[in-house]
Amino acid sequence: MLNPFNRIVITGCGLVAPNASNLAEFREKLIAGHSEITRVDLRYFGPAPAGVCHFPETRYRKNKENRKGTRAGCIGVYCAHEALADAGLTPFTDFYDPARVGVYTGLTEHGTVETENEVYALSQYSYDTRYWTHHHNPRTVLNNPAGEITMSLHVTGPHYSIGAACAAGNASLIQAAQMLRLGEVDMALAGGLSEAVGSFGIFASFKAQNALAEAEDPRKASRPFDAGRNGIVISEGGCMFVVETLARALERGAKIYGEITGYAINSDATDFVLPNPARQAECMRLALARADLTPRQISLVNTHATGTQQGDIAECTAIRAIFANCPATFINNTKSIIGHAMGAAGTLELAGNLPAFADGIIHPTINIEEIDPECALDNLVADTARRNVEVTSILNNSFGMMGINSTLIVRKYAAE
Amino acid sequence: MTTSDIKQVILDIIADIDDEADFSDLNADKPLRDQLDLDSMDFLDIVMELRKRYKLQIPEADYPRLATLNSCVDYLQPLLQNA
Repeated sequence: MLNPFNRIVITGCGLVAPNASNLAEFREKLIAGHSEITRVDLRYFGPAPAGVCHFPETRYRKNKENRKGTRAGCIGVYCAHEALADAGLTPFTDFYDPARVGVYTGLTEHGTVETENEVYALSQYSYDTRYWTHHHNPRTVLNNPAGEITMSLHVTGPHYSIGAACAAGNASLIQAAQMLRLGEVDMALAGGLSEAVGSFGIFASFKAQNALAEAEDPRKASRPFDAGRNGIVISEGGCMFVVETLARALERGAKIYGEITGYAINSDATDFVLPNPARQAECMRLALARADLTPRQISLVNTHATGTQQGDIAECTAIRAIFANCPATFINNTKSIIGHAMGAAGTLELAGNLPAFADGIIHPTINIEEIDPECALDNLVADTARRNVEVTSILNNSFGMMGINSTLIVRKYAAE
Repeated sequence: MTTSDIKQVILDIIADIDDEADFSDLNADKPLRDQLDLDSMDFLDIVMELRKRYKLQIPEADYPRLATLNSCVDYLQPLLQNA
């Protein structure tokens, strides 16, 4: 049995999703398959389906700070405070030294939104750079959202961002687990954040790749595995977890959402944007080996699939290679309901499924009207939730551009 | 611009920076940053707004002259007399 100081558990969750601003609401809407994807109108670009978040933005800091900072920072500060409250750590200084707390934010990209807005503002002054804002650098440094969290919470331990495209959410949790095991920190706030709906460039770039979803009803635009899928729905959002060693969590009587028992990150080394199913399968196998689990012991595979033609097929190929003979392993997809929250996707999707350990429900994948035969997976939970399932382990995939793959395995907490 | 016009310009700019700023007990002879929730970036916002609104280029050497509301008036009045 692992030393309890080496066992890493998730004990708090704060989140913002396009359909919720806390875990209970998020879970309820995922089980119901309730999408609130809407349509936004972007500068230069025009209308597009997107996931926009609504939450009490000034609950934990002033509007002045939100205006000075970034949208990712605003989302991150809210999620971090909510996670600590959920973990029973208010104030966290009752139990942890602020110098021994780490803040790790997973980001797909950062600075795109700010730079676009600032260039537009500069255009109103005939591109005279004397009018370029002094806020540009602090807003666009990659550690910005993590730094905003430290200032709001007065955390003085390490803070930085993990840039890992759309695998970044998982990567932030892996970073937290590693730092806890190394004894670098005693508690971590780790998760993914996305402000991508503020950038016309991100939409236009996916459109140029023929990978931006469109549908008359925006709630039906995100349709992974469906034969008629036509691309990604871009969402903003965030999810920060409180991550601790099991020893400290038990010492303070914390509620435990789950234990991080396996993880892996690897690289395709093949293409800027096209996925590589062989490397994805390797990533899942490595995470399983580290978790000391066989595929049959996985209760739920939460897929990364984003609704692109090639991406969904690649992941299904990889999953089939590992889970073909696993009758008790269910598969679902959260992006069908909330769109693709980019850097936040990994942790948001994990959060949305962690309650399955307690409620025994697998939330559905929605918008599959006609399954793509190449995406037909055994035990894919579609349309309606699957109930009365004994969920003991969740495997969460998140993949990203430049050929980065991540797999995280979280088990239901058991003393032994 | 009159003295009171210039005071109002500064207070309007600060209110744009911080919509919760409370000016009710503001002492015009004491540093603004000691009395209001303003940091170094907010102070640069004031400088930038004066540049945008009145095309004033305030050299860094003169920043201390924007410390209090009254010193702002003393410094800005000759620059804004025709504004």
